Parts: sequence; C-alpha cells; structure tokens
Amino acid sequence: MLELKNVSFRAGSGGGDVEILDDISFTLPEGRILVITGPNGGGKSTLARLIMGIEKPSSGRIFWDGEDITDLDITQRAQRGIGYAFQLPAKFKGIKIWKLIELAAGHKMDEMECCSFLSKVGLCAQDYIDRDADASLSGGELKRVEIATLLARKPKIAIYDEPEAGIDLWSFSMLVETFKNLKQDEKQNIVIISHQERILELADDIMVIANGHIASYAPRDEVLPQLRLGPIVDDGCPVPGWKSEVQEYAN
Amino acid sequence: MPTEPKTIDIEAIQKNLLKAVADIEGKVEGAFNIRQNGDSVGRSSTKNIEIKSREDGKPGIDIIVKPGTKGEKVHIPVVLIESGLNDMVYNDFYIGDGADVDIVAGCAIHNCGADKSEHDGIHTFHIGKDAKVRYSEKHYGEGEGTGERVLNPTTLVHQAEGSFCEMEMVQIEGVTSTIRDTTAHLGKNAKLNVIEKLLTHGSQNAVSNIDIHLDGEGSSARIVSRSVAKDHSRQEFHPVAIGNTDCRAHIQCDSIIMDHSIVRSIPEIAANHPDAQIVHEAAIGRINSEQLVKLETLGLSEEQAEQVIIDAFLE
Repeated sequence: MLELKNVSFRAGSGGGDVEILDDISFTLPEGRILVITGPNGGGKSTLARLIMGIEKPSSGRIFWDGEDITDLDITQRAQRGIGYAFQLPAKFKGIKIWKLIELAAGHKMDEMECCSFLSKVGLCAQDYIDRDADASLSGGELKRVEIATLLARKPKIAIYDEPEAGIDLWSFSMLVETFKNLKQDEKQNIVIISHQERILELADDIMVIANGHIASYAPRDEVLPQLRLGPIVDDGCPVPGWKSEVQEYAN
Repeated sequence: MPTEPKTIDIEAIQKNLLKAVADIEGKVEGAFNIRQNGDSVGRSSTKNIEIKSREDGKPGIDIIVKPGTKGEKVHIPVVLIESGLNDMVYNDFYIGDGADVDIVAGCAIHNCGADKSEHDGIHTFHIGKDAKVRYSEKHYGEGEGTGERVLNPTTLVHQAEGSFCEMEMVQIEGVTSTIRDTTAHLGKNAKLNVIEKLLTHGSQNAVSNIDIHLDGEGSSARIVSRSVAKDHSRQEFHPVAIGNTDCRAHIQCDSIIMDHSIVRSIPEIAANHPDAQIVHEAAIGRINSEQLVKLETLGLSEEQAEQVIIDAFLE
C-alpha cells in the first residue's frame, strides 16, 4: 500500500520557489488501478517522480507497505518493488533493446521471452530485439520499449507516465488491451498518468491533479461523469486552459 | 619451407595474459607466433601462411599469406612478464591477392617490479589486390609493481586495389602510457574500417594519431573511436583523413569523460580533390544522467548503471 502524507514539492524558478505540489495526502490500497489526470503543468509527473525517488519532497513523508521510504534513493525504491515508465524515455547508445529488457527483468532471457514483452506493446519483436535503444528509434518506438521495460520488471507498483504519448492508434489499442490484462493481476498496483478516455475507463479510481492540489480522488464512476461535463474546478476556480481529451471525446 | 600445421600446449605461458589479449585458451590452432619477453617461444606456419624470422636482422617476423587463402586465422600475441624490459619488434604482413584472413594480435604486460616495461610494435601491412583482412589488436596491462606499463604501437597499412581492411584496436585496462600511430594508404576502390576502443583510468595517458590517405579513386574509410576516461587520466585523439581523389571518408569520435579526466579530440579532414567527400563528428561528454536514472529505476546502483553504460558504449 502506498501512502503520501502532506507531501509538498517546490522548485526554484527565476530566483524564487514555485510550488509544484502543495500538501498532497492520499492512500492507494493494494490491487487498485489509479488513473491520474489533469491539466498540463498541474504536478502529475512530479508526483510520480516523487514516488520513484527521482525527486525528493520539500516536506511530507512517503510510505510504502508501512515503511517510510522518503529518504530512500531510486535504487532502493526499485528494489522494494516500485517501477516507473518515463514520459520521455532515455536513449542509450550501444545498449540493445534485448539487453534493456533483461536488465529490467533482472535475469537473462531467451528470444521468445524477450519478444513476448515487445509484442505486448505492439512492436514486431524480431525487428527490434537486436536494435540499439538509441536515437535511431522514433519517439513512439522508444516509448513502447520504455513501457515494455516496466512490463518485464513486474514491480509491485507500476507507474506509467502518459503511455499514450506519441503512440499510433493501432498500438494504443494494443496497449489498452495490455493494461486490461494487467488488471487481472489483483496484487499489482497500477498508476497511469493519462488524458485518454479509454485509459480512464480502465481505472478503479481517478485522481484529478490541478494547480498542485488533488482536485478530485474517487471511484471512476463518480469522477468520469464530472470530467465529461467541463473544466475541473480547483478551489472554486476553473482551471485555465485545460481542454482535455475527455472533454473533446464527450463533445 | 613452411612446416606442417601443428598445435602446441601453451599452458606454461601466462594463460591469463594470452586469454586477455588474444582470446587464446589452452591450444592454438593454425598459424601463430607467441613472443614472450623479447623472444619467440612458439611458432607454427601452415600450408598457406608462413611465419618466419626477418632477414634484415631486426627483431620480428614476416607473415606471408599466399594469394587466395580463405578463412584462416593468424595469432601473434606478445607477453611481457619481466620488469624493466624494453621490447621493440617489427612485424611485416604480406597478404596475397584475393586472400581472406583474420589476424589476432595483442600485447599483455605483467609488471611486478619497479622498472618500466615497454613494448613497441611496428606492424606493416601490404594488402594485395581484392584481399580482405580483419585485424584485431588488444592491449592490456596488470601487475602489482610500481613500474610503468608502456605500449607504443605503430601501424602502417598499404592497401592495393579493391582490398578491404578492418582494424579493431582495443585498450581496456592497465596500460600506463600509450602513443598509437596508425597510417594507411588506400588504392583504387580500397575500403578501410578502423574501430578504436580505449579506456583509461588512474593517471594514465593515451595519445592516438590516425592518418588515412585516400589515394585511389573510389576508396573509402571509416574511423570510429569510442573512449572512456576515468580518474585523472588524459586522452588525446588526432584522426586525419586526406582525400586525394574521388573518395569518401567518415570520422566519428565519441568520448565519455568522468571524474577529473581530460580528453582532447582534434579530428582533421582535408580534400585535395573536388570529388572528395569527407565528414567528421566529435563529441565529448559525461554519462547522460537520464540514462543513469532509468537504470536505477530498474534496481541498479549508480556504480552498476555506470558500468552497464560504459560496457555498452565500448561494446
């Protein structure tokens, strides 16, 4: 179970501190799929990076399975079962996709096992396993390799940061199916940051983050109808400039 | 007259060093010459490849590959175990027209004393018309002594029409100081690939000068240099491609810089003909922090992640 208590994060910008997340507290029970949505710049990716340990909170504590992990580094959190698929994946000169998937899984694997993870993200596996995970891949290809690494890692909590970004429609459908199958595994926690209606429909719970606050966190059937109605409000004020995929879809 | 092919058991000769530089374990097959502490301690020729002492009195050997020889290997490793030895050797390779061979060279120094151990190998290749050569050279140093381990190889390549040469030159560990000089002259439609991989650590120094002269019409060359500099080590690269005719060349130098090391990369290209197409790329930089963070999210420590990135970069 993941628990955040009064977590805030400030970042320096133009000589002053900017509040990215302000006093965030929530609990994520085991086996639930949480989809986090909200306007760009609202703090969604920062929240994911705080959970993974890539950023450290300015204040507040983070607990995982009852242990205070606030002061643990990325490696220690990964070893405790926290995993993260980046919004913008790193490129590796010289590291083959096969090797990257093996590193993620933590063991050597044969071609068939490696291919099974690539197939789940819509990559024709035999064309890819011997290629470098570098700039020769397109943005969408790199993104799908990134998702495959997290599928291979099988963490206790898997955080996918905008998995749909840069992916074509056909591959996206396959990805939705993959997430549906992951849902069968009741032990794994899945957190997906997304603006896509079809991903939101997979959620057990939906959290809306806007202006550094949790604007809403409730079961899907309560939140989704609100999202379809119009702009999410934050402290009584409409969030400026947010035109979500969900609204476009609803219209 | 060449002797009949044979194999010898070389277990008595520093197995570890031979494994490190020439991937030799136990027995060597095919043509070979093993040089230890300045003397040949094992040699064998085959029907198609003759290895013999030089006739001009200089230390070293001539390696003569008959025209049309296909799929054979030549091993010529050098091992220095005596501290304080300065070993200079001249090896000439004569590759017959249409031959296709692999040559595995390499030098390992084990210095357990306080004196400098040095090996300077001067290799000259005469590659015949339409011949193909893949040459691999590994350099490695070890030993608990304080004496320096120095390797200064000089390589001269003369490529005839339509020939192909691939040279992989690797120095991964333990060499205190190296100055590498490589010069190649390419004839008509000749093709040369040079792959250089270098890792320096401690207070090591490495200098690599590569001069490629594209003399023949339709000739092409590619130089790829990958290096990692750690601790207080220093590296300097000076690859030069000179196009004297209608030709193509590409130089690519990438270095990862770590700790307090210093890397200089000075590629030079020159065109003496309007149809010469020559390109160079050079980059020096730290390990990308995004790569480190990604590998850490997969459960690797920062040190393990660095090693994975370096190994892959030099692969």
